[in-house]
Amino acid sequence: MKFDVKNIREDFPILKKQINGKQLIYFDNAATSQTPTCVINSISDYYNNYNSNIHRGVHSLSEEATEAYEKARGKIQIHFNAKHKEEIIFTSGTTHSINIVSNGFLNLIGEGDEIIVSGLEHHSNIVPWQMMCKKTNSKLKVIPLDKNGELDLKEFKNLVSKKTKLVFLNHVSNALGIINPIEEIIQISHSYNALVLIDGAQSAAHFKIDLQKLNVDFFTASAHKLCGPTGVGFLYGKKELLEKIEPFMGGGEMISDVTFEKTTYAEIPHKFEAGTPNISGVIAFGVALDYMNSLGFENIRQYEDKLLKYATEKLKEIDGLIIYGDVKNKTSVISFNISGTHSYDIGSILDKYGVAVRTGQHCAQPIMDHFDIPGTVRVSLSFINTFEEIDILQEAIIKAKSMLS
Amino acid sequence: MTIENLQENLIEDFSFFDDWTQKYEYMIELSKTLDKMDDSLKNDENLIKGCQSKVWLNADFKDGKINFIADSEAIITKGIIAILLMVFNNKTPDEIIKSDVSFIEKIGLKEHLSPNRANGLYSMIKQIKFYAIAYNKK
Repeated sequence: MKFDVKNIREDFPILKKQINGKQLIYFDNAATSQTPTCVINSISDYYNNYNSNIHRGVHSLSEEATEAYEKARGKIQIHFNAKHKEEIIFTSGTTHSINIVSNGFLNLIGEGDEIIVSGLEHHSNIVPWQMMCKKTNSKLKVIPLDKNGELDLKEFKNLVSKKTKLVFLNHVSNALGIINPIEEIIQISHSYNALVLIDGAQSAAHFKIDLQKLNVDFFTASAHKLCGPTGVGFLYGKKELLEKIEPFMGGGEMISDVTFEKTTYAEIPHKFEAGTPNISGVIAFGVALDYMNSLGFENIRQYEDKLLKYATEKLKEIDGLIIYGDVKNKTSVISFNISGTHSYDIGSILDKYGVAVRTGQHCAQPIMDHFDIPGTVRVSLSFINTFEEIDILQEAIIKAKSMLS
Repeated sequence: MTIENLQENLIEDFSFFDDWTQKYEYMIELSKTLDKMDDSLKNDENLIKGCQSKVWLNADFKDGKINFIADSEAIITKGIIAILLMVFNNKTPDEIIKSDVSFIEKIGLKEHLSPNRANGLYSMIKQIKFYAIAYNKK
């Protein structure tokens, strides 16, 4: 099937926008993806037709909202192939999900235990574990990067031991786009009885993930990187693990019995969904997944791989352009600098040409330190981008470079 | 010249530019006019933290006036630093405290000052004002 990007772009009203008098070219998809009309409409449809609090009313509206909310949970379960529907917990995003796990394990981890995180992490993925280790007197260990920016698996094998309780890493690095060998890491970790949490924020939009096949213990992703709204995501956990860990947020929805002496928690997933959730957001998340599935994840992957290959070639034609993390196993991201210039200058000039990129450290200071650079320009592609846009990007970078030299 | 006069001059200079490229080229030129900041002054104490590009600002108080010297890793940021120093360098704390910074908007560079850009410039203006307040008490 031919991937008809011209037609697909019609689904995204924002792509008609002009920036500084130029047609918007959106290359910041890794920060947030754009939203198709069907997702936008599902949010207004919710508020126009069945806005109501879920899981408590006996009235029809509340039932309608609850049904739609739970239907979305089912869609996510099916898409990611979780065994049970209740293994999907709605959160405000990956940061929230990670905090559920890091706090949930406070009582299960103690002195002498070790947590391993990868050196390719986003700040939001480092801080919760530092806090956890401080509270439990456990130790945080980091998988180092090799010179290309890939995780050093050999080093990982040296770090992991019987003391390792949890291993945490992203599936795809937000700063470089490198795909980590999670299958291997999960397998090795399990051989030491260590649990694994994978952050799929940057991977779930680019390829289909099968949670049962991966045999991962915890997994998280955010809706806003998958054509959905901001402020919604989910945490997947194996049923027996979610039942074991304590919720860190108390409130309504998460209890089954409350007296002033004692509270009994509700069953999963509700145990972790305290308070009124982002109902319209969750429903819209389901619609976004339907939308992406209608395009087909395999088609998306193939098209994006071609785009990435073309963009990498085009950018490499520019004199003095250095790509970081230029490895075989990567997806949709090109992180670069032009020697003698600062990423901020390049990004500011590209913006004048209507090209949206991200510049700076990408909330991943340790990676920038690894390459000994203050930051990069990050071009992050998605299936809404075209080959023509990459040509315009190349031209704009060349103009920026000549202005700055 | 007073701070106000200097600002008016800049607004006039920038009004001659037809488009952003000329404006940026001018700023890049201005960045080259900045006095060199000694590496020893580029220390943590003088660093204004911003996610996008580092800015260092040093202040000395001499004969009732504040002497600023500053630098950045990014050229466009340096150009804006040059503009700020053209206006605020060698002025008395009192003049600086009473001054208005809306001229940045009038010369069409507002986008570089938004806290969202997190480029340290927004903090740099704040820091210039803080120095003025501190030296004013002396």
